[in-house]
Amino acid sequence: MEAPLPHPFADWFATRGWDPHAHQLDMLAAARAGQSALLIAPTGAGKTLAGFLPSLIDLAERPQAALHTLYISPLKALAVDVQRNLIGPVEEMDLAITSETRTGDTPQGKRQRQRRSPPQILLTTPESLALLLSYYDAAKVFAHLKCVIVDELHALSDIKRGHLLALGLARLASLAPGCRRVGLSASVHDPARLTAWLSTTPQEPKDVRLIQGRAGAQAKIEILTTRERLPWSGHMAVHALGEVYQRLKKHRTALVFVNTRAQAEIVFQELWRLNDDGLAIALHHGSLAVEQRRRVEAAMARGDLNAVVATSSLDLGIDWAAVDLVIQVGAPKGSSRLLQRIGRANHRLDQPSEALLVPANRFEVLECRAAVEAVRAHSLDGEPENPGGLDVLAQHILGTACAGPFDKDRLYGEIMQAYPYRSLSRSDYDATLNFVANGGYALRAYERYRRLVTDKNGHYRVASIAHVRRYRSNVGTIVEAPRLKVRLRGGRYLGEVEEYFANGLTPGDAFIFAGQLLTFLSLKENTLVVARASSGDPQVPAYMGGRLPLSTHLAERVRALLEDRAGWSDFPEAVQEWLNLQHWASVLPPANGLLVETFPRGERGAEKAFLVAYCFEGRNAHQTLGMLLTKRMERAGYGPLGFVATDYVIAVWSLKQVTDVDVLFDEDMLGDDLEEWMAESSMLRRTFRNVAVIAGLIEQRSAGKDKSGRQVTFSADLIYDVLRRHEPDHILLRATRQDAAGGLTDIGRLSAMLARIKGKIRHRPLDQVSPLAVPILLEIGKEQVYGAAMDELLDEGAQALIQEVTKATSPNRNPQQGNLPL
Amino acid sequence: MISAAAQIIPPPDRLVVNGVELIVDISGAVVWPERSLMMVADLHLEKGSAFAVHGRLLPPYDTRTTLNNLLQTIEKYEIKSVVCIGDSFHDERAADRLCPADQDALQALTGRCDWTWICGNHDPAPPENWGGHVAEELTLGPLTLRHEAASNCASGEISGHYHPKAAVRVRQRRLSGRCAISDGRRMILPAFGAYTGGLSVLDSAISDLFPAGFEVRLLGRNSVFAFPKSALTL
Repeated sequence: MEAPLPHPFADWFATRGWDPHAHQLDMLAAARAGQSALLIAPTGAGKTLAGFLPSLIDLAERPQAALHTLYISPLKALAVDVQRNLIGPVEEMDLAITSETRTGDTPQGKRQRQRRSPPQILLTTPESLALLLSYYDAAKVFAHLKCVIVDELHALSDIKRGHLLALGLARLASLAPGCRRVGLSASVHDPARLTAWLSTTPQEPKDVRLIQGRAGAQAKIEILTTRERLPWSGHMAVHALGEVYQRLKKHRTALVFVNTRAQAEIVFQELWRLNDDGLAIALHHGSLAVEQRRRVEAAMARGDLNAVVATSSLDLGIDWAAVDLVIQVGAPKGSSRLLQRIGRANHRLDQPSEALLVPANRFEVLECRAAVEAVRAHSLDGEPENPGGLDVLAQHILGTACAGPFDKDRLYGEIMQAYPYRSLSRSDYDATLNFVANGGYALRAYERYRRLVTDKNGHYRVASIAHVRRYRSNVGTIVEAPRLKVRLRGGRYLGEVEEYFANGLTPGDAFIFAGQLLTFLSLKENTLVVARASSGDPQVPAYMGGRLPLSTHLAERVRALLEDRAGWSDFPEAVQEWLNLQHWASVLPPANGLLVETFPRGERGAEKAFLVAYCFEGRNAHQTLGMLLTKRMERAGYGPLGFVATDYVIAVWSLKQVTDVDVLFDEDMLGDDLEEWMAESSMLRRTFRNVAVIAGLIEQRSAGKDKSGRQVTFSADLIYDVLRRHEPDHILLRATRQDAAGGLTDIGRLSAMLARIKGKIRHRPLDQVSPLAVPILLEIGKEQVYGAAMDELLDEGAQALIQEVTKATSPNRNPQQGNLPL
Repeated sequence: MISAAAQIIPPPDRLVVNGVELIVDISGAVVWPERSLMMVADLHLEKGSAFAVHGRLLPPYDTRTTLNNLLQTIEKYEIKSVVCIGDSFHDERAADRLCPADQDALQALTGRCDWTWICGNHDPAPPENWGGHVAEELTLGPLTLRHEAASNCASGEISGHYHPKAAVRVRQRRLSGRCAISDGRRMILPAFGAYTGGLSVLDSAISDLFPAGFEVRLLGRNSVFAFPKSALTL
């Protein structure tokens, strides 16, 4: 039998006093057997080394003057960091192995040289791989490739970046047939799915060996029981930040995770207000200027910081050994995400990570409890998977043509080897290919402007070099929301806010951004000019899509907690009291059915009828449900006025009280109403814009200059309207609907719920609001209220003005947003 | 209450410019009912194919959509005369790219009404072979029609060029759309073409033309709404 580790690797481990982990040796064995491998292991388990070890050994034993191993990470910064960590062992063992990174930041000259004479190990991102594959010399560059390593595979596999990567890997398999694949992943609910993702034969993934690392020590997770009054609603947890601050003082370095950028700004402000000890507390989120983020990361790496308040921008990334506490402010939303975040503390496998959960309101206490139980039971969220996007496919087809002529049947076969596209129908493929070639319109108006033409062998190739240039400057699947820059007057650039938020500002308004109180002065060419402010009632920028919905898995656990009265005894007192009151005034939501409460509310003479449904299916599903319920109530003559949705509950109010709840929640609501609403909704318009950008119909950037998100928006909208009217079955509209149904509206979740609750709806008519309904009613003033279409809203605005002009004294133009004295 | 208001406030689609009562139609056309005349600005015909020439294969239905909208509005008001106030064709070769069906549709339109093409910056010399006659500008009684507003405010001027858009905020939602803008002396029309974007009326390029303030007629999905400048948001 072969020695587990050859010279000089065995010595290198020995001089460090390390024994190789079992999974590191397993990875080596898989490589020696010529098999691909998926390694699932927690942080701190030497995962990256396990991935590279077989390549280093192979290169030491059989040097080759060509690209041997390609490493792909979702983060540029991670690729750079891993390369730095790779140089250590290579130098210490005196190996003649070259490694380099290649990202968007790599200078042009170096990138050209890398194609001419590549290093043996190249570390890059999915987008840079797509670019490399689009060059005419891709076949030569990758001819001797032996191994591709995909890091943080769990974070990539099910998003569009992962679809692009899967297609790139399928291409690589054709260019370098013997190449092995290695996936590195955190714990996931369904390892078999990732195994298949990594396979070259996803329908029957026999070529991938699954290797599970040893689990780390069980994390110590505490839920903060505040001594302050526990709020009924809200997400900022400001009440508990004094207690959070006390914890920060007791630890060396803490990561304070929040769910949204708005929360990050508020928590950061509040912690600094309390910061009498002058702790070094920093802020990190995706809208801050890149240089600012890099500075924070570097200070963190040096160990200069006591705490960083961060959003998911730090969920992945470089390991910081110094972190000894992770705090999650607000509900965790899913157990996988919580586990990932907790894993950011203490990178030694045998010591427990320490974490503190800080619920912001009563429902969040239940959610935190559910999440902790899930983590203890090692039970992770199983999320439905999305089929490969047709927009991404279009981009890949054009990229493939950029590299050289292709045969369309062979390309189809190759694409079917990519896991997300394993069930791609021939007709969808042909339609996508047609779209790339000539726009794919029934009206064949663009034959003379074709992007792809066929040569005498019937192979497809690009019609002009201009298409290649355009492809290269728009590669990738990350589409930015329209944003505006924020700059201090006569000073530096602070970051970007979404146009949506900026539109609500008038000069003189104060807002919090980048941890500072700012005054909006003026708008100049896509830049908000601001000044530091000393006072004012600030707004906090809101970001679309900043909030993840509650996972199905946690929702189930929350419902079970509510039903199990015996388990309430170790809840905080305020929560026990709240639930007991509910038990007395109404009933608790059942674990398997649906509780619907109806009650009147409002000033005498202007009473509204309320309906509150405890669905626990997450905001996205609830918003869709709200649109459908109001349409139905309209037809039934209940006169719906609006609705508001949270992760847990939906509340609808109307002129007349709903009597037949069973009919209202019937499964058949997911029919025509849904189609009609989706087609008109702004959500679908946003989705279309993303699809159109990724598919290359409209551009985010045109070669050389950045096209601002603003310009993209208006044209996408007009194109959407025209296309919908003249060619409703166009491939891009189908791709848009597929995207929307998959994630944004959570229609799958809704339909599962409607099936689950059938015959099990418990309708409880009440005289007044129940304790459990109080939080959602408090949201009405804060959340956007839905229910009215554009023209009705415009009319409301116009009528309000008319009344102002005619000095009419209306008691309340907006009764549904009236006061709720609670 | 509202009926009392209705006596004071004219219907939201009416507007008086230099003494002439005009109707702002939901399509973006402005109708002078007394003369059965319709004015439209910035059709930008064949904008889609102009992008296609450069490899961006936008849906090729913009011209068809625009011509359809013209026909419907002509029928709705029994229009006898049409004035297109500039940028009717997206570029100087646009007319050559019209597909046969759209060529027929356009000829049918110019044949059925008294038709005038006013020159714009995109089409400084509109093609003469599609029917209708070409003019730099046109004066009709108290109104003067030209593509781009003159800097010295001429009373009764009707122009296009800027593609005005306006937005209002209702219940925390920002609603925006194309609009006509006027101060009672001059007026700027919304762009009529299917692929034409817009510029906020609060941008100084537009608002400086109305130093004494203005009103807009905002085009919703199915109706037109009136708002004063003070009600608008960026």
